[in-house]
Amino acid sequence: MQDLYREHILDHYENPRYHGTLAQPDFTHEESNPLCGDRIRIDVKLCHKDGRDVIADAAFTGEGCIISQAATSMLLEDVVNKPVDEVEQTDPQHVLDLLGVPLSAARVKCALLGLKVLKTGIKRWKLSRQ
Amino acid sequence: MMGNEFMLDIARIRADFPILNQSVNGKPLVFLDSAASSQKPLPVLQAMEEVYRYAYANVHRGVYRLSELATERYDQARAKIARFIGAPEPECIVFTRNATEALNLLAYAYARHFLKPGDELLITELEHHANFVPWQVLARERDIVLKFIPITAEGVLSLDALEALLTERTRLVSFAHVSNVLGTITDPAPIIQRAHQVGARVIVDASQSVPHMPVNVMEMDCDFLVFSGHKMLGPTGIGVLYGKRDLLEAMPPFLTGGDMISMVDFDGPQWNDVPLKFEAGTPAFVEAIGLGAAVDYLSALGMPAVRQHEQAMTAYALERLSEVNGVRIIGPTDSRIRGGVVTFTLDRVHPHDLATLLDAEGVAIRAGHHCAQPLHIRLGLNATARASFYIYNEPADVDALVEALYKAKLALRR
Repeated sequence: MQDLYREHILDHYENPRYHGTLAQPDFTHEESNPLCGDRIRIDVKLCHKDGRDVIADAAFTGEGCIISQAATSMLLEDVVNKPVDEVEQTDPQHVLDLLGVPLSAARVKCALLGLKVLKTGIKRWKLSRQ
Repeated sequence: MMGNEFMLDIARIRADFPILNQSVNGKPLVFLDSAASSQKPLPVLQAMEEVYRYAYANVHRGVYRLSELATERYDQARAKIARFIGAPEPECIVFTRNATEALNLLAYAYARHFLKPGDELLITELEHHANFVPWQVLARERDIVLKFIPITAEGVLSLDALEALLTERTRLVSFAHVSNVLGTITDPAPIIQRAHQVGARVIVDASQSVPHMPVNVMEMDCDFLVFSGHKMLGPTGIGVLYGKRDLLEAMPPFLTGGDMISMVDFDGPQWNDVPLKFEAGTPAFVEAIGLGAAVDYLSALGMPAVRQHEQAMTAYALERLSEVNGVRIIGPTDSRIRGGVVTFTLDRVHPHDLATLLDAEGVAIRAGHHCAQPLHIRLGLNATARASFYIYNEPADVDALVEALYKAKLALRR
């Protein structure tokens, strides 16, 4: 039991990083997990650096279980200052590694909701620019 | 019967459920999710194995002994189930895959055939998606007006609102006998009487009642009643639609193919008699026989005793859970009007986190919206935790749940 709800996960849940909304985001995306009603919305602000689109800032709001909220907090901490193209290729395993605890199949979905929202947001932002 | 007496010999019953005698995460399994699906006793498993070993061949086909044996047992199972719910004759029992398929059958073969645009269909706010989505689809497709009987703050159906919602255009009323979330037991008779007075037909979703309490279709006078086998000690893949015979006879078939025709020539088919008209293709007859064995098992315990036991379990769970700081019970707190389903939230803990932490203690509960999202919207909740009981649960299971809740609170610093 202590395994899954380790100190660093509870810490991200209680003091989420990059939490809230951005004043003028380049894109916003929101999704929920129909199974448990978890909901996450992510705002992203981009900048241009060395000829690449880079995530300058991000913020999320949402409600849901500790795993979904803590994983999103860790994810945003990880992706800020990274190029969008690179973030879009993020391996789901990377998020599970950030959490660093064993998850059952049902809970993996919770952990990956934030990444799903971010990736879909990037995809739609790219489409809108075409 | 007295108030909170435990009527069943749980040790003897548990010996018939070897699955319960195991450890999960190093802790003895405490199974509290029978409202989703129940465990199966040895006599059910044995009945099915015996058919596969000694009496298996396709039903209604062969003139040889094996096929006759299987057909005989299939027919016996139908008769047992008819008796179990007080149906006047076995022909009123249609086998389906589950309650969901039975409700879809009614949406297609009854409602699509007999309801016209502008007609009104009444369901309730507390329905399972199975008794929600088929009607939403139908309403959209055929311009039928779908209305909802609201629940009161206590989580019971508002009969006052029912009066206002019933009109001469109401053609069909469909409601859950027992809510799979709130546990609310609705007395079906007054609703059915009122619906009949305006000329509407009534479907009772008995998925959470037939497994747990005496149900008599003749007494309640419903037009249709549906339930699933797997929630009542039976196997998966078998469910039941009860219908009044004249209604079943007036309905067109649902699925078509073999077994549901009496004759086919190049001009077209003629339908078989009820209930076979609704049972296209090789049916799940081994599962039906398994369900027949489940009905035998429950009948031997006696459904009044089953209900009494679960009411005592519910009363005990409501009492113990309300001792825990931060626990909020969802639905009626009077065990006399609540089935063996106790849904709750724990302050500042998401039900999924709670279920994971309880699983670590070997306690299996359900977390989420329990296929009743509209009800959760109505309650203003995203998700809830649910413990549900059956004949093999005992007060010690509730104690284990409460102990695990305290551990979860500690782990999450709540």
